[in-house]
Amino acid sequence: MQRTRLYESHVELGGRMVPFAGWELPVQYPTGPLAEHHAVRTAAGLFDIDHMGQFTLTGPDADAFLQAVQVYDIGQMQTWDAHYSLLCYEDGTIIDDIFLYRLPEGWMIAVNADNRAKDLLWLRSHSHGYRIELTDISDETYMLALQGPQAETILQRLTDTHLAQVPARTGLRTTVNGVEMLLGRTGYTGEDGFELYLPAPAAVACWDALLAAGKADGLLPCGLAARDSLRFEACMPLYGHEIDAQTNPFEARQGWTVSLDKPDFVGRDALLKAKLEENRKILVGFEMIDRAVARDHYEIAVDGQIVGHVTTGMKSPTLDKFVGLGYVLPIYQKIGTEIDILVRGTAKKAKIVRRPFYKPRYKE
Amino acid sequence: MAYRFDPSLRYATSHEWARMEDDVVVVGISDTAQDLLSDVVFVELPDIGEEVSAGDAVAVVESVKAAEDVNAPVSGVIIEINVELQDTPELVNDDPYGSWFFKIKPSSSVKSEMARLLSADDYAAHVEENE
Repeated sequence: MQRTRLYESHVELGGRMVPFAGWELPVQYPTGPLAEHHAVRTAAGLFDIDHMGQFTLTGPDADAFLQAVQVYDIGQMQTWDAHYSLLCYEDGTIIDDIFLYRLPEGWMIAVNADNRAKDLLWLRSHSHGYRIELTDISDETYMLALQGPQAETILQRLTDTHLAQVPARTGLRTTVNGVEMLLGRTGYTGEDGFELYLPAPAAVACWDALLAAGKADGLLPCGLAARDSLRFEACMPLYGHEIDAQTNPFEARQGWTVSLDKPDFVGRDALLKAKLEENRKILVGFEMIDRAVARDHYEIAVDGQIVGHVTTGMKSPTLDKFVGLGYVLPIYQKIGTEIDILVRGTAKKAKIVRRPFYKPRYKE
Repeated sequence: MAYRFDPSLRYATSHEWARMEDDVVVVGISDTAQDLLSDVVFVELPDIGEEVSAGDAVAVVESVKAAEDVNAPVSGVIIEINVELQDTPELVNDDPYGSWFFKIKPSSSVKSEMARLLSADDYAAHVEENE
């Protein structure tokens, strides 16, 4: 089990440390996951997400290689643009979801902690013939996320860059708390905010400075539980839940990331077929009619027949409703369709509702 | 973490508390349990009239993070449930020893079943061992 450089800081703050993707991370602080969730929706939250992986990609063939190994057309991205994308296998199923940053010297790719080794191996196995340098910089790079409507105000106290001029889904290199770093106006909560990629030795000082700078604005340190409930409300997929190697992007409603009109890339033929054919399953949002919490892996039934399963479910803290995400056979995807969630052997009524449960609020 | 323990209660190792009130056993979950669960969002209660054996999972308490069974610490019949918890499950966090889940009219074996539960001191030691 690995510990981040902030381990002692989390323990001092009263964080409850749990294993996650090979790391010991705080699932919550004494304020509790609900307070942390609401802090991000109404003020701001600070997350230690150092478990996430980062690769740099440079070299004369960097663009050509990247076009060939992920689904989004990076020809649409200017220098400093950031964009969400997917790595897919030849059969169109999902290896990982990733974030791309176009830098002056090449690319930075942020990947899931659990998939870091798998992604790197897979990317390397497709690099033959390309003049590229692909480097795993995860160990020397620290990743923090500052999220929420007050994130800009708080971060502005620690940098000279005029943050109001930094649009959503872009990055820049700047100095925060005296340390040069890559700053992205990106995140995984459905709120405006920033992700900070800084030199690992500066992690503790930066964390402390951000917490101090935001204290009066209601900034809270946030754990994994709040991170999950926030991304869930905004219906952002989590690898291993909504997306995995048994699922293609169209089934997961991530077809918007797939640029089928760009030149050949791994998985293109299968994805073209997936787009044209009817899905085997489709991701839906549902709301409980009966009182119950639908949790991941619970089965979904209609008329006593199993028609799918839950991928994430909880009481939405913002909506104050019991909602969930899950896969069903496509004939049951229509808004208003009644389904049963099998909760500990008992059928509990639910109905299909529109996604997302919470509409993201970014600064465009 | 300083958990609160009530010396007037008997405890199960699965974190329920039980209290004899006249000839009825009142059941809830401990301060430790509510803290480990974090914010409670849902409580599923048994039916009144249900016959239960000691150790049966008869209720469910769900937090933001997890769903946990609440076991009957003694055998008997459910005679009352705390419906207030259905609408305000957060009471379990605010006041775990005031927020009872259900009441059991115990069977004749209640004395030995209550004796098999832990005292507050023994339960505190059990919690500490497993931390």
